[in-house]
Amino acid sequence: MRFGVVVFPGTWSDCDFHYVISEVLHQPVQYVWHRERELAPFDCVVLPGGFSYGDYLRAGAVAGRSPVVEALGDFVARGGLVLGSCNGFQILCEAGLLPGVLTRNECLQYRCQSTHLVVENVETPFTRGLRPGQILTMPISHGEGKYYADPETLARLKQQNLVVFRYAAADGSVTRASNPNGSLDNIAGIVNPEGTVLGMMPHPERASETAMGGTDGLLMFQSLLGSLVEDGSFLKR
Amino acid sequence: MTGAEPKVTLDLALDAGLTAPEYDRILTRLGREPTYAELGLFSALWSEHCAYKHSRVFLARLPQSGPHVLQGPGENAGAIDIGDGWAVVFKIESHNHPSFIEPFQGAATGVGGILRDIFTMGARPIALLDSLRFGELDTPKTRHLVNGVVSGISWYGNCFGCPTVGGEIAFAPEYAGNPLVNVMCVGLVRADQIFRARADGPGNPVFYVGNKTGRDGIHGATMASATFDEHAEERRPTVQVGDPFTEKLLLEACLEVMRTGAVVGIQDMGAAGLACCTSEMPARSATGMDVELSRVPQRETGMTPYEILLSESQERMLLVAARGREEDVRRVFAKWELDAVEIGRVTAESQLTARLNGDVVAHVPVDLLAEAPKYSRPTAEPAALAELRAFDPLTLPEPGDYGAALVELLASPTIASKEWAFRQYDQQVGVNTLVLPGSDAAVLRVKGTSRALAVSTDGNGRLVFLDPRQGAAMAVCEAARNVSCSGGEPRGVTDCLNFGSPERPEILWQFAEAVEGIALACRALDVPVVGGNVSFYNETNGQAILPTPVIGVVGVLDDASRRATQWFQGAGHRVALLGPTNVSLGGSEYLWTRHRRLAGRLAPLDLEIERRVQGAVRAAVSAGLASATHDCSEGGIAVTLAEGCVTGRELIGCTAALPGDARADLTLFGEGPSRVLVAVEAGRVRGFEALMAESAIPWRWIGTTGGERLVVTVGGKTVVDVDVSRLEGAWRHGFERRVA
Repeated sequence: MRFGVVVFPGTWSDCDFHYVISEVLHQPVQYVWHRERELAPFDCVVLPGGFSYGDYLRAGAVAGRSPVVEALGDFVARGGLVLGSCNGFQILCEAGLLPGVLTRNECLQYRCQSTHLVVENVETPFTRGLRPGQILTMPISHGEGKYYADPETLARLKQQNLVVFRYAAADGSVTRASNPNGSLDNIAGIVNPEGTVLGMMPHPERASETAMGGTDGLLMFQSLLGSLVEDGSFLKR
Repeated sequence: MTGAEPKVTLDLALDAGLTAPEYDRILTRLGREPTYAELGLFSALWSEHCAYKHSRVFLARLPQSGPHVLQGPGENAGAIDIGDGWAVVFKIESHNHPSFIEPFQGAATGVGGILRDIFTMGARPIALLDSLRFGELDTPKTRHLVNGVVSGISWYGNCFGCPTVGGEIAFAPEYAGNPLVNVMCVGLVRADQIFRARADGPGNPVFYVGNKTGRDGIHGATMASATFDEHAEERRPTVQVGDPFTEKLLLEACLEVMRTGAVVGIQDMGAAGLACCTSEMPARSATGMDVELSRVPQRETGMTPYEILLSESQERMLLVAARGREEDVRRVFAKWELDAVEIGRVTAESQLTARLNGDVVAHVPVDLLAEAPKYSRPTAEPAALAELRAFDPLTLPEPGDYGAALVELLASPTIASKEWAFRQYDQQVGVNTLVLPGSDAAVLRVKGTSRALAVSTDGNGRLVFLDPRQGAAMAVCEAARNVSCSGGEPRGVTDCLNFGSPERPEILWQFAEAVEGIALACRALDVPVVGGNVSFYNETNGQAILPTPVIGVVGVLDDASRRATQWFQGAGHRVALLGPTNVSLGGSEYLWTRHRRLAGRLAPLDLEIERRVQGAVRAAVSAGLASATHDCSEGGIAVTLAEGCVTGRELIGCTAALPGDARADLTLFGEGPSRVLVAVEAGRVRGFEALMAESAIPWRWIGTTGGERLVVTVGGKTVVDVDVSRLEGAWRHGFERRVA
């Protein structure tokens, strides 16, 4: 599977995704500069964490209008997969590729901590190898991760089963205490209706090696690889 | 400051922080009166902050070389060889004065400054550690400072993308008017690709790269070289304003342009800005520089030569390129959307020539600027010290309830969990952090090798106050011991020496004694000092801080998988205490927290025992014999045991028997050097005992992990018997409850 990792000015999880994809998963991976529009060489494009363009104006707002993100629309229409983590999720929302918005954490402080996620939707290429209700452990690191959507959008997300991850307690119960940033309905990650664009605040690339404290992030990547069929197309929903 | 520039007189020179003899020296060497811009150059470059004029004679005592040293003091940062072709570049620096005036930006730009010191050497920063000291948390002002400093560090480090993996936060009333913000950065570079701050090759172009120049931070270096009074807030305009996004771009652009081979030398524009770079770089290379100030990218209009030279605007570098490679420099910086403007040339004549629209505004020998006068001022032991040391803490009443006394100590802000601060810092970006903040030392892997780095900072101002020589030596020992506990072999030291005014004999005595103590410990442990920073004038209204040398140690683990952390890993592990039995309540956290006394003598330090204890701990960790290791320092053995019980993922009780017939508070809470707690799984007890026998150190089994309580007997009598969840609650919330 061919991965492209997008680099905006101010991106910092690019090297970490690149490392995990090449050194842990042994898959081909290239950096994609933010001025690029050519995404055809890739099966999956990763929008990593960081502070793209300094997150000036709003987190992800400037990056959401950059050349590479403008090219994502066509890439997705042709069946390409997009994983946006942290700042990448913020960018996908700002670009309108996913609904809703990430706002300042409820505590008004940055939060770097381990979180538990309960898997709500396993019918995506990113989660196909997981069990419904499975509990994953992954760190977050952000100041603006409080997911918000208007009531109609939230109802649609629920009705179409587009919420992929919720913040949960260690036993999987979705509680206020287990919500690290005040996200609506404890939402940690969502997909588009086709299941091909996933946005999530946690960092799977930081949970892909035993030495780093856990490998639950790797389960997502392995789902992705397992979703690729021989002709190079993806198993869709 | 626009318009006609004032005429330079002795009075003006005195206002600028120079002394009358210094001004005379300038007149003699120049053979004329300096211009206003030249006066500014001397004012900044001859400030204590830039020139170390009161400290140099003492700092020469420190061991600065060794087989692993690739770069010692005198550059932007020191560098140590760690094997496999890699070098680690590291340094600690203070940003105390700005952080008191404006805590958020002061701390943020402290982070920015030390990051640049590392990547200007060609290294990618991989870790930050913050050593912070504040007054006690009972005033709104201190809580404001803590919140501001922590959020400033969080903002800058997180946005830049370098993890904050360690450091300490301690509290004492002496820091109320002068908090300390010391930031250490560690970077990685190929050992043969280190860049230096040189201006070799007359005719080579001089590039200004990075952020634009504004009026912020003018006189920052001078401000950091004076004490505060009640008008400190009026100096707010001397504090710089940071932009971590631009710094991140500058990092990537600098590392990229270095790979092109076009770079001859490069230096961060930190304290004293352009003035510092244009004099220090040629001074190192016995060359000169001729620069045109009107070409300097500016974000304000009408800036004078004085302002352009002395601005401390952030995120800027001065770069000397190889002649003919100008386009490589321009192309890389254009890619990262940063300014890269050729502002002048390296010259053969050793003069700094600064022009404005062609007219010379400064023309000064670079060696005169770079070599400030050195002073050897009188020192004198403070008169009250002998009496303070003679105090016997055992004349104070014994606690009625030792369990309650332990709970109280665990909740003291200096000892309690600092999670409130650390959860605001990104700790993992770079995916290198194997041991997160919260253990004795942070451990970071070196990708592509089997190795890891262990890093720790330490420095206990109370101990140094009572005995500067031994207290400072103990700071070196403690930082190195923390590294050893994690399994790392200490390889190098960086020191940040925070003191009051060196113009007072008793402060300079503290300084001289402390430097001697650091030198003794570094020699005994065989770790050279490769860089650091002196911060004097930490005084407000004549009240100096506790003398606080903060020591950063970097160590190497040859096998990253053979490491240890401070928390107990399970029940049924035997617990050993390594090191001498001699302890004292003098200067202890217990004596301050419970009795509000800062007095007494320190337990003696034997550097040979220290060296052997650290060697034994490292051997136990690398042989896989230790399931947990924990340095025994603030709060004594009782706090160390409690931390073993409560700081891990699960709570684990412990039963310990301490021998002796001393009063229980001395045994439980007394502090002494060279002590380490080690937990050993039942199956490895024999191997551990054999190793200890070889190590020739004092040690004994003191207990066993398990259960839900911490039970400690002293001389056979049970003195502590507390539920670990109660200990955990006190430790977890003690700091957060007071600060939030």
